[in-house]
Amino acid sequence: MNNKRYVARSTAIAARALGDETMVMSATNSTLFTLNEVATLIWEAADGATPLEEIVENKICMKYDVAPEVALKDAEGLVAELAGHGLLLISDQPIPRSKVVAA
Amino acid sequence: MSALVEEMARKALKLRIPLSVQLDLTYRCNERCIHCYLDHHDHGEMTTAEIKDLLDQMAAAGVFYLTISGGEILMRRDFFQILEYARERTFCIKLKTNGILIRQKEADRIKALGVETVQISIYSHIPSVHDAITKLPGSLAQSIEAVRRLRAHGIHVIMANVLMLRNARDYAGVRALAAELGAEFILDPTITPMMDGDRSVLSLNVDENALREVFRNEALVGGNVEEFCAPPQGPDEDALDMLPCSAGHTACYVSPYGDVYPCVQFPLPSGNVRRMKFVDIWRDSPQLKEVRSITLRDMPSCSKCAHGGTCTRCPGLAYLEGNMRGPSTQDCEKSFARTGIPSVNLMSKKAAAAERLGKIQLVQIQNVPAMTAAAPV
Repeated sequence: MNNKRYVARSTAIAARALGDETMVMSATNSTLFTLNEVATLIWEAADGATPLEEIVENKICMKYDVAPEVALKDAEGLVAELAGHGLLLISDQPIPRSKVVAA
Repeated sequence: MSALVEEMARKALKLRIPLSVQLDLTYRCNERCIHCYLDHHDHGEMTTAEIKDLLDQMAAAGVFYLTISGGEILMRRDFFQILEYARERTFCIKLKTNGILIRQKEADRIKALGVETVQISIYSHIPSVHDAITKLPGSLAQSIEAVRRLRAHGIHVIMANVLMLRNARDYAGVRALAAELGAEFILDPTITPMMDGDRSVLSLNVDENALREVFRNEALVGGNVEEFCAPPQGPDEDALDMLPCSAGHTACYVSPYGDVYPCVQFPLPSGNVRRMKFVDIWRDSPQLKEVRSITLRDMPSCSKCAHGGTCTRCPGLAYLEGNMRGPSTQDCEKSFARTGIPSVNLMSKKAAAAERLGKIQLVQIQNVPAMTAAAPV
């Protein structure tokens, strides 16, 4: 059984890197967010094809001294919040490229 | 401005990132507004491919807010192709248009492409006044229809009311119309010189009394009028190190011909994207570097002026007046209308005018006896 979660940047956003952070604005309600350095790593890797667990392992745990289960829990909280604002899509299946915006 | 937006602007300034760019796609227009600062002929607009390449470069340089303006943007047949491309590059997109070419199909596409705001100029709620300004019969009705179509999609529409002599009494009516249509209302009391420096359009500007009325209107000021109109205290040490505005610091303008300026109101040629990369112009243009080097402390007149710390001085208008380190008389007039205190610049102009008048009187006094002596008895 595949219990992996895939995350993808929504096409209904405006976004731009600003130093090591990222500005993201919802195109549906114009709410503006900034993602810190760690959240930016997850954002940039959210291509719809890479499972969240793999993103955390390769982008977060390789760079920061953090236990994988702790990092994954934090990442799950972040993606759930971003998905709640319509900025990210979450699926248990890979998400087609047409539904993912370029980083 | 929200704290988050301010923080972003501070960070962009520190990192020298062009956070906001206005890109004019064309100067062609289907209206002929009496106060317009543009030459509407096409002198060689950038092609679709050039604009797409520029959008790629701007995204890579860190541009977040992209204002697409003109001329009338929908006069470009490739407008939606450009808009779609810009959307794919995840800009936060604002459009400026007169709305006349926005029918149902166009409104649908603008909605689908997630545009942040659409700004439409409405000069009066009275058709004869608006249409006399745009010189296009029926234009008010068509622009309002566009507002309705966009609002029906839930799109954030801004109705921009430029104040001038012809419509000086109509802003309340336009404001009420905006409220009825669910649009935001903004008022701009400044007519700017033409980009080629021609200042004849300035005669359309409203007088001091009309400006004073606007500045004392609580609904327009959006806060405490007494505080807004209070006499200025003069710039303190911190204010002397202030930057004039975002032009050239975190913002710039690109014309339909690829010319880069600090701002649409600040036509200081700083490079051309047909000859250089956008980011190289942004980082290395001597003109932009000069603009960035100027603080209030460097302005001989304004640094000594009581309004120095609170004035809305536009460096572009100062440049168009002949000196980017000098005052912008139009802003001096606004500060005077707002507070009743004349600026250093206005006092200098008044003194110079008085001196000229004195000289003229002296000549007349000298001439009178001679003329009398020469006149037949």
